[in-house]
Amino acid sequence: MSTQVFYFVATLSIIFSLMVIFAKNPIHSVLYLILTFFTFTVHYVLLNAQFLAVVNFIVYMGAIMVLFLFVLMLLNLNKETEPSKSPLIKIVGVIAGGCLIVTLIGSLKAASISSPLILKNPGLGLVENLGKELFGPFLLPFELSSLLLLAAMVGAVLLSKRDEVEA
Amino acid sequence: MDTGFIIEKFILVAVIFGISLVIAMYSTYAERKVAAFLQDRLGPDRAGPFGILQPLADGVKMFMKEEIIPTTSNRWLFIVGPGLALLCACIGTAVIPWGTPVLIAGKTISLQVTDINVGVLYIFGVVSLGVYGVMIGGWASNNKYSLLSAIRAASQNISYEIAMGLSIIALLLMTNTLSLKEIVAQQHGLNWNVWYQPLGFIIFMVCSFAETNRAPFDLPECETELIGGYHTEYSSMKLGFYLFAEYINMFVSSAVMAALYWGGYNYPGMDYVATHLGPTWAPLIGTGVFFLKIVLFIFFFMWVRWTIPRFRYDQLMNLGWKGLIPLAIANIIITGVVIAIIEKF
Repeated sequence: MSTQVFYFVATLSIIFSLMVIFAKNPIHSVLYLILTFFTFTVHYVLLNAQFLAVVNFIVYMGAIMVLFLFVLMLLNLNKETEPSKSPLIKIVGVIAGGCLIVTLIGSLKAASISSPLILKNPGLGLVENLGKELFGPFLLPFELSSLLLLAAMVGAVLLSKRDEVEA
Repeated sequence: MDTGFIIEKFILVAVIFGISLVIAMYSTYAERKVAAFLQDRLGPDRAGPFGILQPLADGVKMFMKEEIIPTTSNRWLFIVGPGLALLCACIGTAVIPWGTPVLIAGKTISLQVTDINVGVLYIFGVVSLGVYGVMIGGWASNNKYSLLSAIRAASQNISYEIAMGLSIIALLLMTNTLSLKEIVAQQHGLNWNVWYQPLGFIIFMVCSFAETNRAPFDLPECETELIGGYHTEYSSMKLGFYLFAEYINMFVSSAVMAALYWGGYNYPGMDYVATHLGPTWAPLIGTGVFFLKIVLFIFFFMWVRWTIPRFRYDQLMNLGWKGLIPLAIANIIITGVVIAIIEKF
């Protein structure tokens, strides 16, 4: 049952991710991206990672994508105002995309995809166990990453305040 | 998963859905009656005794109105907007424990649709999704006022979600669980969380006002600046969906506040009642008490709306970022220190 759900949701993820790229209107792209993140949430639930699922739901779908949508609505991009891209950029994009595909295929070939994925510790994704792991063996990396986020936040505030200092 | 279980849950979902719709319907009536009472008027009194049939008349009116979709708007998203708003408002009720298990016809039935162990976060996620209905509808209307309103709604929701989340963290430090069922069960009798977290409750309540777009934070539908706000272009039942979603949101957030802070279905003397009335009627009385608390909160929402004037937008942002967030962080630190001291001695 869960394998069938996985294949169904995985197909949806791929379709929605492709729609993100192929949608002409940037707002539609963002909406498809939200749907893609929703399918990712379902994937996390299938992996028994409930906390990650809910956090993905709140942070990515509920906060970050709202900001994306917010900025795009403010910019009010239309077909007329969108600058046409030069052929050089298109060629560069194709080359970069091709390199990415080669890398992905290479890494997938290296990994043994034939053996089924078995979770070593199926209960790890529950809130209690995850918290104990994060604040136990992984305390230092966890705190360091929070410092990194704090630095990014201070930087963002500083950048947005620059005008006031100059005036 | 046997069929009986599915039927039981299905009936429960249908009942809760029906109750939320009826409460939302009569909230529109109550809102007008409360407004009339506060302004020394009579309010609606034509349809039925005391105007009690007014919501039905309003509903018929909404359905009968001509439906207009602006030609320049994005048709699909224009329709998706109100639907999404109503959907997000309704699915929040799934994790709320409406009462202790009831014994009906020799079968114990849980009065909670599902007890997921991240219940509080689920509510939080649903709340954060609610803004998409407003944003998509406002953008798809292709109207400058609607767009401004959608942008206001987005920034307001994001700002107040932070303070809301921080105020819940202080509560979770005490309860040690994310399951709403356990949080409510811990508040047995009169051992309600609000006595331990008064500041957290006030922050949470102010944020619920902002999240449900209620006055004094109803900036997205500020009619003096934005005509009607995000639903300016909407007519007929699509407008009705938006208005309905607001009342259902109010109902759900009242239920969450009552469950998290005011003891849910717990009341003083419940053990006495439980031993005398048995396992069928005592839980139902608890559910009744829970609904009484919810109705009181809904009344409070309306009382505030007709008492306090609307904030200015910069005041709203200042209150959120410079007032509530630092207070909520201080609340977390104080709670943490107190818990550490209590555990030490």
